[in-house]
Amino acid sequence: MKNLFLGMMLLMVTLSTQAQAKKNKNAKYTIEVNGNCEQCQRRIQKAAFSVNGVKTASWSIETHKLDLTLNEEKTSIAAVKKAIAKVGHDADEVKATKEDYDNLHTCCKYEREETKK
Amino acid sequence: MKKQISILLLSLLCAFSSYSQDTLQAVKVISKNKGLQKSSKITANTTLVTSKELLKAACCNLAESFETNPSIDVNFSDALTGTKQIKMLGLTSPYLLIAEENIPSVRGASQAYGLSFTPGTWIESIQITKGAGSVINGYESISGQINTELLKPINNIPFFLNAYGSTDSRFELNTHFNAKISDKWTSALFVHGNTRTGKMDMNDDGFLDNPLAKQVNVLNRYQYYNAEKGWVSFINFRYMNDKKQTGEIDFDPDTDKGTTNFWGSEINTERFDVSSKVGYVFKDMPYQSIGFQNAFDSHNQESYFGLNQYNIKQSSFYSNLIFNSIISNTMHKFATGLNFTYDKYQEFVNVNDYSRIDNSIGAFFEYTYDNDSNFSLIAGGRVDNHNRLGIFITPRLHIRYNPWEKATLRVSAGRGKRSANIFAENQPLFASSRTFDILNSNGKIYGLDPEIAWNYGLSFNQKFTIFGRSADAGFDFYKTDFTKQVVVDLYTAPAIPGTHQVLFYNLNGKSYANSLQVDFNVELVKHLDLRTAYKYYDIQTDYLSGTSERPLQAKHRFFANLGYETHIVEKGKQWKFDFTYNWMGEQKLPETASNPVEDRLPEYSPSFSLMNAQITRTFSSVFEVYIGGENIGNYKQEKAILGSENPFGTTFDASIAYAPVFGQMYYAGLRFKIK
Repeated sequence: MKNLFLGMMLLMVTLSTQAQAKKNKNAKYTIEVNGNCEQCQRRIQKAAFSVNGVKTASWSIETHKLDLTLNEEKTSIAAVKKAIAKVGHDADEVKATKEDYDNLHTCCKYEREETKK
Repeated sequence: MKKQISILLLSLLCAFSSYSQDTLQAVKVISKNKGLQKSSKITANTTLVTSKELLKAACCNLAESFETNPSIDVNFSDALTGTKQIKMLGLTSPYLLIAEENIPSVRGASQAYGLSFTPGTWIESIQITKGAGSVINGYESISGQINTELLKPINNIPFFLNAYGSTDSRFELNTHFNAKISDKWTSALFVHGNTRTGKMDMNDDGFLDNPLAKQVNVLNRYQYYNAEKGWVSFINFRYMNDKKQTGEIDFDPDTDKGTTNFWGSEINTERFDVSSKVGYVFKDMPYQSIGFQNAFDSHNQESYFGLNQYNIKQSSFYSNLIFNSIISNTMHKFATGLNFTYDKYQEFVNVNDYSRIDNSIGAFFEYTYDNDSNFSLIAGGRVDNHNRLGIFITPRLHIRYNPWEKATLRVSAGRGKRSANIFAENQPLFASSRTFDILNSNGKIYGLDPEIAWNYGLSFNQKFTIFGRSADAGFDFYKTDFTKQVVVDLYTAPAIPGTHQVLFYNLNGKSYANSLQVDFNVELVKHLDLRTAYKYYDIQTDYLSGTSERPLQAKHRFFANLGYETHIVEKGKQWKFDFTYNWMGEQKLPETASNPVEDRLPEYSPSFSLMNAQITRTFSSVFEVYIGGENIGNYKQEKAILGSENPFGTTFDASIAYAPVFGQMYYAGLRFKIK
């Protein structure tokens, strides 16, 4: 029993070191996403999870920071930003289009800098 | 932020449970400072009882920790042993999985008195899950699960002292010490002693109302915590020695044991436990962890009840390996692993030897889906191979849905299977003239078959505000269907008139337990909280003598709890008031119609109500005192012991307890803390 446990531990440790060596299966990112409320939180996280390869996504209402863990073999941070902008939320340099922003619920209409005239 | 997340995840891991969200919720709950909390985000029907709630009824051990909680019914101890039994969904504690830090604790030999072996001050919180529950800790739970978390050395205060005394001459002393050994290791030492020295006979039947008792209980635990590397570990050592003496006032064990001079009983239990846990959270993968738990315990009970001898020694080993991770992202989580249990029983009932060895190995997988907003699901299954129960699967499912704001709908279904330890679970019956008859002989457990039941549940809760005050209302309905059961029959009239018996046999026909609970809770004015619950139980079993409701089970119960707290003023000064009211409808009593008229009980007990109250005065964050009363209406069971004039005669029965024996009881205590 003990040996089995040690064996499994060893296996896990080996697997995770391998993962680290490639430095891409559990890449951590924190990006700024604009939004207001709990409804925004659900929408932002849902959009992030819709990207294949996103393992964790947690957006803070207070700091507007989105913490992500992604498998970079499957996706990139740019793809995640794009997916979030698509549902109406500005993600770092990737801004939502006017149409997507206007589709947001009234409580989610965060203040945004004018990007187009 | 990252560090905070990893600390949070480590604390999650401590629970080694896939109900990780519950634990997360628990962290929030404590900050909200609510005693009983039901979150609308968790999947199973789980109530978290915090240490704050436990202080509302200051006495004394785990068995007595549920008095202010409507989910669990605390029953009355038989007239002799003074131990309270609990019921959930109308089923007694053998149908619950009772665990301590997720290691099954009250099982087998400890079934009758095990809850009284955990002192109340050691408890950090209790999670009560109604219905099937998780598959991770085993296959035995049928009506629910109770998991107790003890105080953790890492966040415990350096010193705690609690002293308690009551008018039924019970005294308790609890001391806790906590020490930091290094920056990674902390240790706690909990020492508990209780004693009851005075002989009390308030109903003048010549018998003690409560047993004379002495208990020493010591727990030493060590916690290792390394947030950087992701390791956490616990090692626990525990010793307990409990002695009870009961029976006739004039009974002296030295001269009267084994004779018919006076009727008396002694129950001596000694326990030794060692348990360990190791948990690891993978680096850069806070969602992935592995946990390994091991527990060894030895439980030795030596006892006699009049001329009935009952000795049981159980040596057990339990091991659980669990791996938690995600499938593609954290909306899809899973837990999988292996369990191993070994139980060696040396059991002697008078001259009969029922010694045996049970062992089982099982594998489980549990999947959790959470859409991050209004829907979650836990689907689990396990396969076990047990030397007496055979190879079997245990499927369980829980679903939560929030159809609109502040509303929670839950459904659950699941299967449970267990072997009934008929003697250990029915020990109070030894204190009677009943002969024990097992009518089957082909089964593998005392000649009987294993018990199998399916449990289905539906619950709904709505939170709202009324006149600006927060309130909630809801109901839950559970159905437990036994496909196989060991029937304990106290109804069938004996073949030889004048004698008494208890029959054990495999269910032939139907047996079910339906329970409905309707709750309404409201904050009446600021700091004044009212909890109410009405409970309806329909529990029917096909006995040899026909279909009947279960004995000693009220069909209707009503519960109310009123709690008031003043504002905390300078230096933490505060008053707390708590009042609990319980009303119990009539309960069907065992068959006594064949007795002479003076030793007969009616078919049903009368209905009655009970009231408890407590006042706590906090002088500062260091010192507080409390006084309280139990059963302040002084309701007493009329005939606590049948045939008490002739305890070795055929009508003697001390096992029929439908109400308190002792009457009103008052207590006082103090708590002293060094922070």
